[in-house]
Amino acid sequence: MKTDKNLRREPLTDTQLLMMITIIIFLAMYFLAMALLGGGFLHAQQIFDMLNDNASLIIVSCGLTIVMIGGGIDISVGAVTSLVVMSCVLFLNGGGNIFTSILLALGIGLAFGLVQGFLISYLEIQPFIVTLAGMFFARGMTTILSVNPQKAEHEGFKALREMKIEIPFLGYTAKNGNFVPARVELGVIVALVCVVLVFLLLRFLRLGRGFYAIGGNQQSALMLGINVKRTRFLSYVLSGLLSGISGYVFMMHTGAGNATNAAGMEMNAIASSIIGGTLLTGGVGNVFGTFFGTMTLTTIKKIVVSSGLNDPWWQSITTGGMLCFFILLQSVVLSRRSKKKKAE
Amino acid sequence: MNNKIRSTFKGGLGQLTIPLIAIAILFLFNLIRDPGFFSIEITYNNDGNAVLAGNLISVINGASELAVLAMGMTLVTAACGGQDISVGAAAAIAGSAFVKVLKSGSAITGGTVILAFLCACIVAMLFASFNGTLVAVFRIQPMIATLILYTCGRSIAYWINGGATPTVDSPIIRAIGSFIPGVPIPTPVLIVVAVTILFMLIFHFTSLELFTQSVGINGSAARLNGINSTLIKLLSFIILGFCVAVAGIIGVSRLELINHETLLLDVEMDAILAVAIGGNNLGGGKFKIVGSIIGAYVIQILTITLYAMKVSSTDVKAYKAIVIVLLVVIGSPVIKAKFAKLMSQLKSNKQRVSMKGAE
Repeated sequence: MKTDKNLRREPLTDTQLLMMITIIIFLAMYFLAMALLGGGFLHAQQIFDMLNDNASLIIVSCGLTIVMIGGGIDISVGAVTSLVVMSCVLFLNGGGNIFTSILLALGIGLAFGLVQGFLISYLEIQPFIVTLAGMFFARGMTTILSVNPQKAEHEGFKALREMKIEIPFLGYTAKNGNFVPARVELGVIVALVCVVLVFLLLRFLRLGRGFYAIGGNQQSALMLGINVKRTRFLSYVLSGLLSGISGYVFMMHTGAGNATNAAGMEMNAIASSIIGGTLLTGGVGNVFGTFFGTMTLTTIKKIVVSSGLNDPWWQSITTGGMLCFFILLQSVVLSRRSKKKKAE
Repeated sequence: MNNKIRSTFKGGLGQLTIPLIAIAILFLFNLIRDPGFFSIEITYNNDGNAVLAGNLISVINGASELAVLAMGMTLVTAACGGQDISVGAAAAIAGSAFVKVLKSGSAITGGTVILAFLCACIVAMLFASFNGTLVAVFRIQPMIATLILYTCGRSIAYWINGGATPTVDSPIIRAIGSFIPGVPIPTPVLIVVAVTILFMLIFHFTSLELFTQSVGINGSAARLNGINSTLIKLLSFIILGFCVAVAGIIGVSRLELINHETLLLDVEMDAILAVAIGGNNLGGGKFKIVGSIIGAYVIQILTITLYAMKVSSTDVKAYKAIVIVLLVVIGSPVIKAKFAKLMSQLKSNKQRVSMKGAE
């Protein structure tokens, strides 16, 4: 009982507070959209569509959250995703089987993670430059593999792509009277599993706590006996691995490789992490927040489209405005808290 | 005397060692590959002007926007310890404003060009001060603060253009983008020289360089010494805004049209790279503008070399990445320390050998 009381008295940490803000704003926005716009927002399929379209972004954002909690940055994730899609499509069309293609995807992601992690943590090169080079390399390799879009023709893979989980009780009756069950792609399941696994890693494993420690204060982490270099190295390896998974999920969604795949995904992933309450300075962040960050970003875009602002520039202008709002809100909240702490 | 020479040689190059070595290696590589790379000839363009042409000229000409942006980026990096990733988008906005003002008059004269230039500068500085306010006043990391403009900047440019890609047809704009009649040197190069001189004058007559460095090294210590660090950070962003406007106008004049999607695409990454190759610490603090300018030319030589080797423009990135990694690995602190250790070991070995000889 006593410990219970203590727990209740403890104020929210920065991580929890920022995540709470995100979740509340997401829910408020979604309910507002349901009330004012109605239409698609009233169906459960809307949420599943958002998940289907953004499964790979969610996975990439998880990896980026790990790196950002560790105080680094990885801007190669989008390019690696694109490279994985292209090479797996070519591999499958060249007669490879599905299992090996999954291994190939993981291998490419892992290779990028290993090399970048080594350069950043053991050779102490600035992460921005290393992952920028990684991004250039992956984008260049994608076009070297093929400039033209490639469609996956592998039969087994097509069957895998078509495999969708149907949830009948969340379906709705279409205008022509047919009942349409809610459809979820396999990639969404992968994404959700990734989110939960990364959450467990960050919350309960020693390695996960190490990420927070090196991001919060590298010097004290070193004093606590944490192997700072290895922990940082592993954060990039994990991010690379998750980009590999994300590439495969992306391929399951689009079914084709294209040099412009996942363009700008790294920035969307960074934006998702920030909206979800991860700080670029490190030490603060939560992967569930990142998940809701991605959903918030997507919801804004959906709202803009369905509220009739059809000019092409409105989507990104509202996204920028929303990003600005979140960033300012976080800055104000955090600075007020730190002032309060000082006053105490 | 000998000692003196040695000491200047030792300390003189400093952070410029890596970019200079990079240029030397690239030159040597090209010399072996094809000595014709360095040939410069005089040709006559469509207007009948005698102009310089050749790979070297296209390197110096092509890197103009990058060099101007790298100068501004160096200041922001030094003062704030972070980078502005919105320069490409902001340049698109500045270019759009430039074209909008040019098109609003009945004819394009020297006066309207100057007016349009001023308008573009003001617009770019306004957006830059938005970024600067977020960074300096609200203490948001620069990369995150500028992510906002990065996301929506090109859309704002699209909106200014009214959903089109307007062209400008005027001899004055053509002169800015390529050659002034009677001058064989490309105009963008002259603009870079002018901006460089402007920077040098500012550094010579004000304490901006010292103040920026002290804010970057330790903001609170600088504040205790009476430096307004908020102002310095804001100022660095506004100066970058000016550079962005100049780069945007060069870009627009080169193509004689404004395309919000492709104008200076991905230039922010190259600009940050130029700052890093120039030996400047991306975490802020001490900086050398010259390093960043050389860095910009290193990137351009690399690109032109790859083009000359018939690498297609989309594949260039992969090879560029390999060279960048090699450069930063050579410049990394760990490798440097190892190298220094090796050198001192060699030296002590030599001494031991010579002492043995003396015995």
